[in-house]
Amino acid sequence: MTDYWKIDKELIKRVASNARLKLSEQEIEKFTKQLSDILSAFKEIDKVDTAGIKPSFHPQEIKNVFREDKAKEWKWQPLANTKHKEGKYFKGPRIV
Amino acid sequence: MKDILEKSREIQKKYSPFITIADKIPDKVEPRSKGRLSGIAISVKDNICTEGIRSTAGSKILDGYIPPFNATCVEKILKEGGFILGKTAMDEFGFGTFSVNCAYGIPKNPLDIDRSCGGSSGGASCLTAASDFPHIAIAESTGGSISCPAAFTGTVGLTPTYGRVSRWGLIDYANSLDKIGCIGKTVKDVALLLSIISGPDEYDSTVLDLPAEDFTKGLKNDAKGMKIGVPKEYFENVDEKITKVVWSAIKKLEDAGASYKEVSLPHTKYSLPAYYIIAMAESSTNLAKFCGMRYGLHLPLQGNFDEYFSTVRAGGFGEEAKRRIILGTFARMAGWRDAYYLKALKVRTKVIEDFKKVFGKFDVLAAPTMPVTAPRFNEIEKLEPIQVYMMDILTVAPNLAGIPMISVPCGSVQGLPVGLHLMGDHLQEKKILQAAYAFEQVKK
Repeated sequence: MTDYWKIDKELIKRVASNARLKLSEQEIEKFTKQLSDILSAFKEIDKVDTAGIKPSFHPQEIKNVFREDKAKEWKWQPLANTKHKEGKYFKGPRIV
Repeated sequence: MKDILEKSREIQKKYSPFITIADKIPDKVEPRSKGRLSGIAISVKDNICTEGIRSTAGSKILDGYIPPFNATCVEKILKEGGFILGKTAMDEFGFGTFSVNCAYGIPKNPLDIDRSCGGSSGGASCLTAASDFPHIAIAESTGGSISCPAAFTGTVGLTPTYGRVSRWGLIDYANSLDKIGCIGKTVKDVALLLSIISGPDEYDSTVLDLPAEDFTKGLKNDAKGMKIGVPKEYFENVDEKITKVVWSAIKKLEDAGASYKEVSLPHTKYSLPAYYIIAMAESSTNLAKFCGMRYGLHLPLQGNFDEYFSTVRAGGFGEEAKRRIILGTFARMAGWRDAYYLKALKVRTKVIEDFKKVFGKFDVLAAPTMPVTAPRFNEIEKLEPIQVYMMDILTVAPNLAGIPMISVPCGSVQGLPVGLHLMGDHLQEKKILQAAYAFEQVKK
């Protein structure tokens, strides 16, 4: 059986890349140790019998809320907080 | 008003509760002077958007962000004549228990500057404890970020039911857990502010469709007929001296007319890992939007989008944020999702069921807010991340269940304040406020 609660350097690197987070070698080293400690403590939840139990995505049941699909006047300037813009557009990094 | 600003600057020099102090208060206040918050300074935790005032959530990645709009709670405060005094310090995005993961200065406890104000709403509790002018703080809790700082500084911290207050304008940490609430000097102060900021809002689909209530009305001086449950699990691993202080507070409530009985919440110890897994999973998705393009920290556009985003995020996020992104992303990955995230959500159901069972028989639950009093910064430095997380053991379960809770100062241990934590069933804010108010009266 897979041990879901084990983590190593390679896995941390893979996760960091998925999360678009550049980590230094030092950080990888440090996190591997710290996250291993955290996960071995978290493993405790395996002891709870949750067979047939529904997950609670929210603390109370959430209902869908609807409104009319109508355009509204928007006073905000979406580009006010960016340095990377050209004309009416955000300017992003290149794709490849 | 100018006096308040000067005093705030003095407090800032001594204890650093602010990230930003507003400077144009007087002219904005006058026309609205007839509301329920007239003449009261309101500070706002820095993860809540304030139009024209920098809002960083305590993170470098939001450096320089000036929101073009007010959060719903801020709009409501302004309509009632309150004025925004400034933005208070916090652990980056709320990631912390001691307000030491701060990109803009660490708030110091006014009772002893070598000690923490608690977190993550540390600036809010610091300012509340240090100020002698009319002031109430807007704070926010995901896993204990209102109760903990209130306990450590001897202030009153109210966390409402999940969905009682609109989250519109809140820089999210974990959407299914975040609750905007208040820290004040008295129970009446936080009851007043909750009355103003609660209520429906078309911009938040998770807010409960309930009319605004006046929570300050009908508070009685006694606790006659109130049934208090005392969860035994909440006294395990708690400093003995704190246990003693909290028990004497419960006895005082008995003197005020309440009755109490020991109860059990068997899933308490599992609430900690369940909370952290859910909170980290949700926060790792929320933090995905911070990438140096539309607001906050910018770098010269170099490299492709993968390289650019990864570099901006590496420089903008602090260490705790990075740890949570990694763990949260991991908990949602194919292959691990069921073992971590889904399992944690099922444990959450069990934790909620525990509470529902006892609230069938009791009005409120009483426990210590924190297992320790405010620690020294040099003690915090030595703690490993898992040891810091463990400090939240008494606050995560009620936060996971989204029930309302209030921490009131109930005594001290070696000169440091101890919080009495009163928890109620969903939407029973009135009951916990009543218990806290009655306690405040008998304590006098």
